[in-house]
Amino acid sequence: MANHAQAEAAHHDHDDHPHGLRRWLFSTNHKDIGTLYLILSLVGGIVGALLSMGMRAELMEPGMQVFGNPEMFNVFVTAHGLIMVFFAVMPATMGAFGNWMVPLMIGAPDMAFPRMNNISFWLLAMAFVLLVMSLFMPGAPGSTGPGAGWTIYAPLSTSGTPGVAVDFAILALHLGGASSILGAINFITTILNMRAPGMTLHKMPLFVWSILVTAFLLLLSLPVLAGAITMLLTDRNFGTAFFDSKHGGDPVLWQHLFWFFGHPEVYIMILPGFGMISQIISTFSKKPVFGYLGMAYAMVAIGVIGFVVWAHHMYAAGLDVNTQAYFVFATMVIAVPTGVKIFSWIATMWGGSIQFKTPMVWALGFIFLFTVGGVTGVMLANAGVDRSFHDTYYVVAHFHYVLSLGAVFSLFAGWYYWSPKMYGYMYSEFIGKLHFWMMFIGANLAFFPQHFLGLAGMPRRYADYPDAFAGWNLVSSLGAYLAFAGFIVFFIGVIVQFSRKEKAAANPWGPGATTLEWTLPSPPPFHTFDTLPRIK
Amino acid sequence: MGMLHRALMVLAALAGLSASGPALAGMGQPSPWQINFQDAATPIMEQITDFHNYVTIIIVVITLFVLALMIYAMVRFNEKNNPEPSRTSHNTLLEVAWTVIPIFILVAIAIPSFRLLFAQYDFPKADVTITATGSQWYWSYEYPDEGISFDSIMVPDANLKPGQPRLLTVDNEVVVPVGANVVVGLKSNDVIHDWAVPSFGVKLDAVPGRLQQTWFRAEHEGWFYGQCSELCGRNHAFMPIAVRVVSQDEYDAWVASKKSAAIDAKGKVASARD
Repeated sequence: MANHAQAEAAHHDHDDHPHGLRRWLFSTNHKDIGTLYLILSLVGGIVGALLSMGMRAELMEPGMQVFGNPEMFNVFVTAHGLIMVFFAVMPATMGAFGNWMVPLMIGAPDMAFPRMNNISFWLLAMAFVLLVMSLFMPGAPGSTGPGAGWTIYAPLSTSGTPGVAVDFAILALHLGGASSILGAINFITTILNMRAPGMTLHKMPLFVWSILVTAFLLLLSLPVLAGAITMLLTDRNFGTAFFDSKHGGDPVLWQHLFWFFGHPEVYIMILPGFGMISQIISTFSKKPVFGYLGMAYAMVAIGVIGFVVWAHHMYAAGLDVNTQAYFVFATMVIAVPTGVKIFSWIATMWGGSIQFKTPMVWALGFIFLFTVGGVTGVMLANAGVDRSFHDTYYVVAHFHYVLSLGAVFSLFAGWYYWSPKMYGYMYSEFIGKLHFWMMFIGANLAFFPQHFLGLAGMPRRYADYPDAFAGWNLVSSLGAYLAFAGFIVFFIGVIVQFSRKEKAAANPWGPGATTLEWTLPSPPPFHTFDTLPRIK
Repeated sequence: MGMLHRALMVLAALAGLSASGPALAGMGQPSPWQINFQDAATPIMEQITDFHNYVTIIIVVITLFVLALMIYAMVRFNEKNNPEPSRTSHNTLLEVAWTVIPIFILVAIAIPSFRLLFAQYDFPKADVTITATGSQWYWSYEYPDEGISFDSIMVPDANLKPGQPRLLTVDNEVVVPVGANVVVGLKSNDVIHDWAVPSFGVKLDAVPGRLQQTWFRAEHEGWFYGQCSELCGRNHAFMPIAVRVVSQDEYDAWVASKKSAAIDAKGKVASARD
């Protein structure tokens, strides 16, 4: 296999592969497009993190210090949410690692629709430009930017924000949504049709499974968002009244439509992380994944059930009590497949020969912190107690444990695991682990006290708070600064990785790394698998 | 704030993390370093607190169990202690167990959960009826049976009297008698707001075009504060809810004084409504 790959690499040295603008702007190569997505997600991550630093600076002490106008704080909240979801996490999971690794892991020469892959990326890049522009457009009276939260609840997002900022944000979501739908079609087609001979669905690496399930979630949920935001757009500009109660519409309809998309969206963000963690735990335990089929179908189950639990975000909206009871029941069911995943990861480690390289350390951090976020999710599933938690910092703590400490930790694990393959250079173990510990301690300090704030009753999306909440807010802000410093260490690590140019072996991880990408040289040649590999 | 003061606050914060015991929860408003619910003032909030404590025990045990398994695996099966990995990748009994046992745990959570949920929606006969209307950015209250209505606006920091909590104090608070079943109807004039009082275990959106209802029965006299709990624009953080629970006699006196004030101001009110 290695000989074959080297021969292929030598062959491609003679290939005419495009350079400059033609290579990057018109790219149809899954690796280059993956790299473009990675850069976009890093830019999005920096902007989103800076916004959160602004919020934590404001919340460090009671009173208004940083923001003169509390509406600007709301704009920061909104932009932080939208950017982290659509322009940091999603381009990294699906865009960067999905594009780079799915064809390599299934032994396909590229994605099924390379040109569509290109337009997917550039639509998302333009969407990001629109969203950043929206921050400078007129929003609520006397302020700029959309300040209605990432959930853009009507009528705050319609009559409450007359300026065009919300229109810009809606169009940004439209472009981003179209980008993701095209990407999802591409992934589904690629995975279903272009697997190397012998690679049945049940032999596919779990990361590919996770991308397949995620692509179906995108394909089924994003059109609902697109429809909903179109209704919002026409309510705002063309005199319709879907969400306007004065003319027969209903604001709660928006919430149903939004969360029908929004809840699958949270699984869209975390499922690829599940896939990455499975690969990494198996690699560094030098053992095959425990309960492979259970792991694959647990993701399918999470995806399916994820579509029928949306109104657990709406327990305070005034839903009928029996409706709430149904959503309590359905939501709790998700804990079962999620538990299967946690226990199967631990069982994969059990009996293994564990090597604590940086990607493994991040993966272990992920498992524990995702468990913490998962169990508080079980708490919040119960409408009765959510009466107290809804829209408090307990919810903020919960979803940052699954996203900021879950999805983002899986992305860093993925970076340290795959970047030697993608770019051919080893990272620095010291910097990688320093990065981990700073983020682990920082993010826990930032988010764990928020459980206490939520219990004490502090509502979320508040620019200022009663003085009794000052203590834990100070701890939370200090933790957030430490985590941000960790993020800077990450970039230092990337600079060191690319400047000291320590060559990565084709398989730097040894016998535990059994998927196809490790049979290729690091970095892989521009075109791979022109001759399809055969899977036994 | 001086550097020294800031440094002391940082130290206090760190000390709080490591050493301080749980701060006492307040009733009616939060207290510094609090790590639990505000004290319950209604039977529903007592049930919410009990249910929360019960589920917290379960989820903490689960989390510690997962942590213990991970630490054991990391110590026992690292490459020094276990150079030869096993190839085990299946164990049907184990896989069935970690699917079925969580189901039992969830059932054990679901039963009291449903009991609590249905108790919250078991509306008693109202002794006092109030309508709260959210507007950007204040609440208006109406006692339809008594013919009382007033706006309730946050007192800005500069006008606070000693002892009044910042961002929670309002000019006109809601007054209700202790032990009475109070049904609160919620409406909105503009965007969605949310009427919440933590010590009462009450939180419900005020949605334009809808009249929604919640209820509480406060069993302690005193001041109870809450805050708008649905993002409603610029001054979302500055439209608190204040409820004063008093004896029936005090309540009757308050109603009488409000009524006579309302009669005096009738002309003004009528012109303001036009």
